[in-house]
Parts: sequence; C-alpha cells; structure tokens
Amino acid sequence: MSKIKTFGFDTLSLHAGQRPDPATGARATPIYQTASYVFKSPDHAASLFNAERAGHVYSRITNPTTAVLEERISALEGGVGAIATASGQAACHLAIATLLGAGDHIVSSRSLYGGTHNLLEYTLPRFGISTTFVDPRDTDAFAAAITPKTRLLFGETLGNPGLEVLNIPAISEVAHAHDLPLMIDSTFTTPYLCQPFALGADIIFHSATKFLSGHGVIIGGLVVDSGGFDWAASGKFPTLTEPYAGFHNMNFVEEFGPAAFITRARKEGIRDFGACMSPTTAFQVLQGMETLPLRMQRHITNTRAIVEFLATHEAVEWVSYPERPDHPDHELAKKLLPKGCGAVFSFGIKGGREAGQRFISRVELLSHLANVGDAKSLVIHPASTTHHRMDAKALAAAGISEGLIRLSVGLEDPDDLVEDLGQALRASQKS
Amino acid sequence: MELETRSGNLFGYSGARAHQSGQDTVVFVHGTGMDHTVWVLPSRYFARHGYNVLALDLPAHGRSQGSPATTIDAMADAVIEAMATANISSAALVGHSMGSLVALSAAARYPDRARSLALIGSTAPMGVHPDMLRYAADNDHGVIDMLTYWGYSKAAQLGGNENPGLWMAGNTLRLLERAPDNLIHIDLAACKGYDTGLSHAQAVACPTLFILGERDIMTPVRSAQKLISAVAKTQVCVLEGSGHSLMMERPDALLDALISIV
Repeated sequence: MSKIKTFGFDTLSLHAGQRPDPATGARATPIYQTASYVFKSPDHAASLFNAERAGHVYSRITNPTTAVLEERISALEGGVGAIATASGQAACHLAIATLLGAGDHIVSSRSLYGGTHNLLEYTLPRFGISTTFVDPRDTDAFAAAITPKTRLLFGETLGNPGLEVLNIPAISEVAHAHDLPLMIDSTFTTPYLCQPFALGADIIFHSATKFLSGHGVIIGGLVVDSGGFDWAASGKFPTLTEPYAGFHNMNFVEEFGPAAFITRARKEGIRDFGACMSPTTAFQVLQGMETLPLRMQRHITNTRAIVEFLATHEAVEWVSYPERPDHPDHELAKKLLPKGCGAVFSFGIKGGREAGQRFISRVELLSHLANVGDAKSLVIHPASTTHHRMDAKALAAAGISEGLIRLSVGLEDPDDLVEDLGQALRASQKS
Repeated sequence: MELETRSGNLFGYSGARAHQSGQDTVVFVHGTGMDHTVWVLPSRYFARHGYNVLALDLPAHGRSQGSPATTIDAMADAVIEAMATANISSAALVGHSMGSLVALSAAARYPDRARSLALIGSTAPMGVHPDMLRYAADNDHGVIDMLTYWGYSKAAQLGGNENPGLWMAGNTLRLLERAPDNLIHIDLAACKGYDTGLSHAQAVACPTLFILGERDIMTPVRSAQKLISAVAKTQVCVLEGSGHSLMMERPDALLDALISIV
C-alpha cells in the first residue's frame, strides 16, 4: 500500500492559507487594511456574532490577510489553527491567559528569552500565576516541580543563551502523564528546523519578528494549537470545558473539539486583551515565510562556517553550538534537530568584558543590536549591554561570562562575515 | 444533551440552545470517524432561527458511548431511537458522507420521521478504496491521511478557509485521530456493505436535496446520478470548487443550501 502524497513544506511555505483573491485575481496576498466589514443584513450580522457563519466582523479578532498567515503557520507546524499577535510576548501571554488564572502554576525551563522570564518571574505573579524554573536538561526536575495547581509546562526548543536543546519528547511525556499540556517557544528553530507538535508538544508560540519573517522590519507573534491535547480528559481546564458566560455560554471543547483552545483564545483573549497583529504586518511576515526554507538553509550553512572559523581562532576561548561534539546536548541535537541547530549561538572572547567591548566596537558588517533572526548578521555583548549592571559573579549565575558574545548569523557571503569577525577579534586583543 | 438509548448513552449537540416544544427539528448525522463538531456552524444557525437541533454523535463516536453500529441500517435505527428519546417526532434529516447513507436509510424505513432530507457528499453504492479499508483494519494512520486529504479539493489542501485562522486539514486529522481503534474500519465497512441505497432512495417520500462538491473525488458528482434519479422529489445543488468536506470548504454556501430544504 502506498502512503498518500501531500503538499511538501516548501510548497506550503509559499501557498498555505491563500488562494488567488476572488475579488481581483491578485496572486499575492492582498493587504486588507480595514478595521471592519460591512454586514449583508441584520441577520448576517447576528450570524457572524453568534458563530454561525464564517466571516469577519472586526480586525482585532479576525482579518483576511492575517488569517492567511495564521493558516500558513498552522500548516507548517501541523496544527489546527493559530492566532497572529502584536508580538511574540503577546503570543506567550495570550496562550497562558487562555488556560491559566489566579492560583495556577507553571513549570518552566529556566533558560529563557529575557522578556519571557520577566513575564513569568515578575509580572504574572501579580495576577496570581506563579512559575517554578528548572534546569531544561533535567527532565526529572520538570516532574518534581509539578504541583496540584500546575497547569502548563514550558520551554524553548533552544534555550537562551546556552542553547540547551529541550528534550521535547521526554518532557511532553512528563506533561501528559500529569494531564498537562507542554508549550514551546520555537522562535529560534522555526518549523523548518523543528516541528514540536510531532515531538509531543501541544502549543507553540513564535516571535514572528525573527526568522519567520527574516527581514527585521516588523514586530509580531503567533500562537499555534496542535489540537491534540485532550482538555476534557484532563479535567483541569474549566475555561475550555465549562460554559463561558462571556460568549453566550459557549462550551469550547463541546463545540469545537480539536480547535477548542485556539477558538477560546480568539473568542476571549484576542477580543479582550486586544494584542492583535496588523494586516500590513501579517503581509510582511508572509513575504518572509515564502522563502523560509531557502533562508533557513543559508542561515545554517553560514552558521556552520562561522562556528568552524571561531572554534580555531586564537582569540576565542570557547564556542557553544549544539552541532559541536563538545556541546552537552550534541547527541540530542542530532536526533531532534537533524537539519541544523539554528543560527544563534555564543562564543567566549579572550580578555573578558573589556575585550568584548573592543570587539563590539570594531565590527563593521555585523550590526550591534538587541535582536536575532534578521537576514543581516547581528551581534551583542551582554556584559556591556543587556546585562551591564551585573558583576562577574552575577553574570556567571545567569550563565553568562564577561567575554560572551552572541551572534545571530545572517545571509551575507560567509567570507565577508569571517573577514569582519576576524578583524574585530584581532582588534579585541589589543589593549 | 445526553440521550439514554438501547445503543448506549448518546450525545447530541443542540446548537447551544435548549429544545422548545412546537418547533421544527433538524437532525445532523456525521460521517466516518467524525462527530457533531463538524456541524457546529449550521447547528448554531438553525437553533437561533427557531429550530430544535440534534447533531448526534453516532454510537461510540465523539462523546457517545455504546458499541459501534456495524451497518448503515443499524446506525439509522440509533438515530431514530435518539430522536424518540429526545421527543422528536419528525425532522429534517441532514447527513454527510456515511451520515448521508444513514439519513437515507432512516428516511426510507421510517418515512413518518423524515420531514425532508439533505444528502451531502453522497452516493450509493458508496465505494471504499481497498487500501483505505486495509489501513483501517490495521488502525494505520494511512486511513486518516486518505480520509483527510482525499476529502478536500486540491485547492482546499492548501487552505483558504472561510473560517478564519483554522487549518482545515489539521482539524480533520485531529478529529479522526480521536476515533477509537477499529471504529473507522467499522464505519467504512458499513458504507461498503450498504447495498440497499437505490431501493431506499425509491422509498423516500419527502423532499430531498443533494448537496455535492464539484471537485469531490470520494463521492464524485457523476457517481451520484443513479441515486439522484431514484428519489422522487429531488433537487441538486453542486458547490463549485468544493471537495468532499463541504462543511469545512464551503460552510456558508452549504448553509444557504440547507436553509432551502430544512
């Protein structure tokens, strides 16, 4: 028996979610830059408000351009649906706020993007949601931190800044054994390098600002629902299994089955919190996603070239990249990330904080800024920027050495990047 | 609503509104391996427009308990019994794919129970690809892939959902993955074994509407012609561009067609 053939990843990157515009024949996704939509009749309006007909009411909730992006990421991740948000932070918050309330608890990897850490550590506790942070390499620690109030396990495919490879299959087993979902921040890997749903995750969010769009011109986020978690069997999620007075006593599990989570997130979270993506932003993300497979391949080949160059450079103390045999997660990376381990990594420069500052001041082609995932190569020295108030001891506690440099490798000619890094490294060693 | 029947406790979705006495009723019957969630949009519409709605989960499907019915006629019996339990004397019977055969059987064998009939993505006899049956017998995911992707037109396999933000194929995959082991095989075997469709069609007395997908490769329009000809009071609506999953691909056009018969 032959297996059925379906559209491949590259085709879906270009086409998923969009057909030629029925009104104009436009091949590209039109930007429907409108706040609202004319109803055909009072009954048509009522049917849209009551979830009886497909269509759009108000662009905070749905928009035709944004919907194409939502379908496309759902297709690439293998989910049932998605919501585009104003930022990756908004996506993270939307997912959490849809499932959790005051008194609930999260078990999270402690190797997180700083913005996410701030949300979990400092902001959500004000709303009664607490988090226990654990070593992402310690699956048992995730299990040990689960309490009767836990409602979510969370981690990043590649931790920040140590690039710990999250053992998604093992941690999802822990989550599901406790009737809990696992949420993954897959920003660094994109669905081209890693598809967390296939590994056992239940919810994914992205900062679309990074590799998904790839051009560094927008801020956006996406939350994607696998549709595979059994909310009813879990019995721990009344927002999905009990009537919701805020939408005519809608029962999301009963009425939307596999799409219960993402439907509640839209009917409540994007409606009430309002952190939606603009249609123009969605269009710009879509332009980037059309070339996602090609760009990610180039990101990976460039990164490998830079890692190889730095690993043997006399001014470099260490290079941390999971494809290197000396990385603690090398074997796991080979299994979970066979296409590559992303284009963001760190290395240590000899000479500590001062050498790091000299290096940063001398790079010319690479851009010194606080972002990753641009088509252009980016660099930052945390000890003199994002973490400049920390002394050496505090930095070490955060897993950051004084000479740590973080690179986000772009799509330039690799020789040009090597040349720029080489001259800056040489300069860094001259006091 | 929960319905205690001889087939077990069955679940019926009412369109988020309680039944009222004196209202006409619409009964929806899902296809192979599926459940009531495929009918949420039209259920909510008809419930708001003064109908009692019963989108039934067939035995062992969705939230319904009991053993699966192994023939189309047995499924139709379960529908009729569920209607009786819900105090529904007659209804517009709406079925999709396997559910259309169930509705056809019910309308033919219990004519007093059928006010009208809507057969969506229907044909009889309903051929089932042998690979599909073999995969189903092995509980191999291949049958879910076939039902999903053959169930959508080529265009719809790339999305473009009228219902914003939802990936149609992903939803169908997840829904079918929830079916218990062997259930899809039982359903497919029931479809294949239903050999009284044409005679049942000749016995149907109520107004009947066929709603077919122009690009349906599982129950192609041409394959439905004998069945259409066998029904006395019949209308046909072909939805342009749609594959077999008409509720997902063309939800608004489907609803408009249903309004004309319900």
